Amino acid sequence: MHPDLPALQIVVPLLSAPVCVLLRRPRLAWAVAMAATWFAFGNSIVILRHVLATGPISYALGGFPVPYGIELSIDSLNALVLVIVTGISAIVLIGSPRSLEREVPTERHYLVYTAYLLCMTGLLGMTITGDAFNIFVFLEISSLSSYSLISMGRTRRAVTSAFQYLVMGTIGGTFILLGIGLLYMVTGTLNLADMSQRLAMTGANRTVLVSLAFIVAGTSIKLAVFPLHIWLPNAYTFAPAIVTAFLAATATKVAFYILARFVYGVYGVQLAFGELRLDAVLLPLALLAMFVASTVAIFQRDVKRMLAYSSVAQVGYMLLGMSLANVDGLTGGIVHLFNHALIKSGLFLVMAVVLLSVGSTRLDDMRGLGRKLPLTMAAFVLGGLGLIGVPGTAGFVSKWYLILGALEDGLWPVAVLTLLSSLLAVVYVWRVIEVAYFQERPADAPEPEPAPASLLVPAWALLGASVWFGVFTSYSAGVAREAAEMLLGGGR
Amino acid sequence: MTRHIILRVLAKLLIPLIMLFALYVQFHGDYGPGGGFQAGVIFAAAIILYALVFGLDEARRVFRPRMLEILFSSGVLLYGGVGVVTMARGGRFLEYAVLLHDEHHGQELGILLVELGVGLTVTAVLVTIFFQFAGRRRA
Repeated sequence: MHPDLPALQIVVPLLSAPVCVLLRRPRLAWAVAMAATWFAFGNSIVILRHVLATGPISYALGGFPVPYGIELSIDSLNALVLVIVTGISAIVLIGSPRSLEREVPTERHYLVYTAYLLCMTGLLGMTITGDAFNIFVFLEISSLSSYSLISMGRTRRAVTSAFQYLVMGTIGGTFILLGIGLLYMVTGTLNLADMSQRLAMTGANRTVLVSLAFIVAGTSIKLAVFPLHIWLPNAYTFAPAIVTAFLAATATKVAFYILARFVYGVYGVQLAFGELRLDAVLLPLALLAMFVASTVAIFQRDVKRMLAYSSVAQVGYMLLGMSLANVDGLTGGIVHLFNHALIKSGLFLVMAVVLLSVGSTRLDDMRGLGRKLPLTMAAFVLGGLGLIGVPGTAGFVSKWYLILGALEDGLWPVAVLTLLSSLLAVVYVWRVIEVAYFQERPADAPEPEPAPASLLVPAWALLGASVWFGVFTSYSAGVAREAAEMLLGGGR
Repeated sequence: MTRHIILRVLAKLLIPLIMLFALYVQFHGDYGPGGGFQAGVIFAAAIILYALVFGLDEARRVFRPRMLEILFSSGVLLYGGVGVVTMARGGRFLEYAVLLHDEHHGQELGILLVELGVGLTVTAVLVTIFFQFAGRRRA
């Protein structure tokens, strides 16, 4: 592996963004964005393979020695997140010119690609860096660009939902900054690894407690943990279709990674769960998210909005895995991050197809679509099965590990509740299937346009991958397990 | 625009001085307080003053939106480009020491170029934000 690949992982998308502005022509900007994202995807796979073969990588930016300068540090956990973020970005981007045609004026397409690349840069930077303040800087880059991406939706409500997200996101970002500041006050360092060593010596005092509260609350807003999720349904519903497919699979996943990195990698299990009882807060919230958000999803009339609420529920599963704090549970949380990214971005791409051919994603307008767009709706069914967690799909693998983890802690009611909440997913997925396959298309409904291959193929690729990783789990669950063991054991 | 003669004369006097001071802050940043961000803000302040006194349309004729777009993108490219060159010359990303034959000369050149990139981007972005807000029609 070339030693500069960790830096190129963020530098290439970062520098491609201004190139998109300079070129301005939509096709050219798209070509640059495609080249950058696919390079980043390949790069992250090389990095993941290297990390799995030889162990963590450390890269000193600017050549400054590590605890003092900014370090990029990559282990099996963030190497996996890098692959998810770049892979989803690259695949979603394939069909974007076709999808944007309908939703964004042509003269602003280059701005979409620029913001897309900047958002990806921010997410990759948050993932790859080993420096606490750097996390905040990249968080701001990704947040600001995602607000502008969301505001480009075709209705005026996109602007208000972007503003709502901006207010919530800024509060979240500020909380994270305050938490990092307090940690810096206690430890005198910004390097995450250095911080965890020094925290182990100082132990839990009040400043540490407050910093944990700020960081958990701040990342919970970005992660859309149940009572702090109100920005998410609007943002996902009114953003352009490909933006939703991209953000749903990446932004909340990186926020989950940041939370896991701080809780396990910096504070450590002993401090966060033993002395400060974080699990007593997170576990009930996770269960509430699974039930409340899934129930709300059942009553939605817009399928995109329904999937958004389903995302809030799925965050609950990831959070459950984190709060169990044993290897199986944490593996379940991390592997669900991977699986849910595939399933949800695939489903949102299906919604992009539906929007293009029918002109809306409302449930009423999807009547009888099963016969008109067979491949599209079949993809939806496949993704829906994954959301439910039917054996043979990726969703089953995550829930299996979560239930194992719950049983390991003797929390059998949690295991039962996890299974019960899957039944709610059956209901909301079934509603769409019922409308699309068992209802006649009204006679006065316009004939749907044929599904564009440039969107359908990526959707099938993502959903097909979710089935592949439901059967062959060594790459997804295997890496997740290694990451979980590292977080719980060697990672202090 | 025949009114406000005092304002216009004073602005004409001040704007070149503000710009000159911005350049001083930009290039003296290596030795004293200052640097790209501060210089960019001061330079943008000069342009904003011009727009306030002589009108938005006049200012837009001099600083066209497309030109500002090119300026702020090239600022980012200049900053990142320095990093890419240091990697190509066998150093780490933004390890200025490898830029020239001599470590210290390399560091000086690296900081100068990076700060220039920051200055360009900050000026262009601030002016763009001002134009965007000032150009909005009242509801």
